[in-house]
Amino acid sequence: MKQTKTIFLEGLWGNNPIARQILGICSALAVTNLMKNSLVMGLGLIFVTAFSELTVSLIRQWTPKHIRMMVQVLIISAYVILVDIFLKAYFPEISTALGPYVGLIITNCIIMGRCEAFAQANPPHVAFIDGIAMGTGYTLVLLTIAFVRELLGFGSLFGIQILGDSWVSWSIMIMPPGAFFMLGILIWILHSIKKEDQEVAK
Amino acid sequence: MTFNPLVVFFAAIFTNNMIFSNFLGMCSFIAVSSDIKTSIGLGQAVTFVLAITSPINYLLYYYVLVPFGLEYLRYIVFIVSIAAFVQLVEMIVERSFPSLYHSLGIFLPLITVNCAILGVSLFMTIRNYNLVTSTLYGLGSGLGWMLAIVALAGIKKRMKMDAVPEGLQGPGITLIITGIMALAFIGFSGIVQIS
Repeated sequence: MKQTKTIFLEGLWGNNPIARQILGICSALAVTNLMKNSLVMGLGLIFVTAFSELTVSLIRQWTPKHIRMMVQVLIISAYVILVDIFLKAYFPEISTALGPYVGLIITNCIIMGRCEAFAQANPPHVAFIDGIAMGTGYTLVLLTIAFVRELLGFGSLFGIQILGDSWVSWSIMIMPPGAFFMLGILIWILHSIKKEDQEVAK
Repeated sequence: MTFNPLVVFFAAIFTNNMIFSNFLGMCSFIAVSSDIKTSIGLGQAVTFVLAITSPINYLLYYYVLVPFGLEYLRYIVFIVSIAAFVQLVEMIVERSFPSLYHSLGIFLPLITVNCAILGVSLFMTIRNYNLVTSTLYGLGSGLGWMLAIVALAGIKKRMKMDAVPEGLQGPGITLIITGIMALAFIGFSGIVQIS
């Protein structure tokens, strides 16, 4: 139980994939103009990361060392295809909106990185929890960015109008530069907080 | 719908730049962009691989996957063909052009996991480009990516001595610069348009 807690803390805060390791930001930037898209993308990523790590960990003893990357990519692709088909069948609108970015989960460095660094060396159940934790950390960052971008860019959250008619939308926030600025500022804030943490710990 | 291949080519460089409007290939973009020479090397490698894998993936998709109704397998097929191609190029270049291998070689393995490569292949199938358009789209995207990373490396070199706020150093300031560059590239958006 204690281990689970540590893993979650690592994924959500200490070792957060986007904020700390700057991994997987391609999709982080592309889908964050709407909360709804970000949430779906995040859930997809949690699913893929958790099950890929589980599978990689299960077969880690029988995977020849030199082709393990290829095996990992194939495992990840298989799960991404599942997510893609599921979205197409049940949420066709979101599937169109996300476009190629669902497929690009395959090249999301978070999953490869965790499979290689964590799942290769840990038992299946721990790897599975780590996948969920990392995915959740990623989703939280996505939602934070999307929260600001959708609120300022459209004046709404999850498509529900929050700010009144007098609100003038900042169209810059829904265009690409807004995404870069938001992520930059978020990293700035997180780094500053982390620094204070370390000083307090001393 | 048909597209003028040349329009797609220039749009891929300027208005639909891989980095500034599609956010693809960001991982290596942030990590490698510290030195102009390295950036040019990586940019060349990406352009080369993009220009060749996009027609290959086009042919694979429309002549192998579509006739058999296996479109859903495209992710696996694309990524495997990209990985195999990169491996092949690495071997050929190492054998026949040792000097090129030394300047380009270390970047080749990195390219397999560059999201821009897979992204171009996916965009091309989603937008129904034909063979010529796909090839030019691949080439244009590669050049656009190279333009972006070389420009960023140049800017970063200039501001090595500048006092950046502590928490913003490293990736933070890179993202802010990229945002400003993306703003500048929006200025091109009136010239050519693809959806």
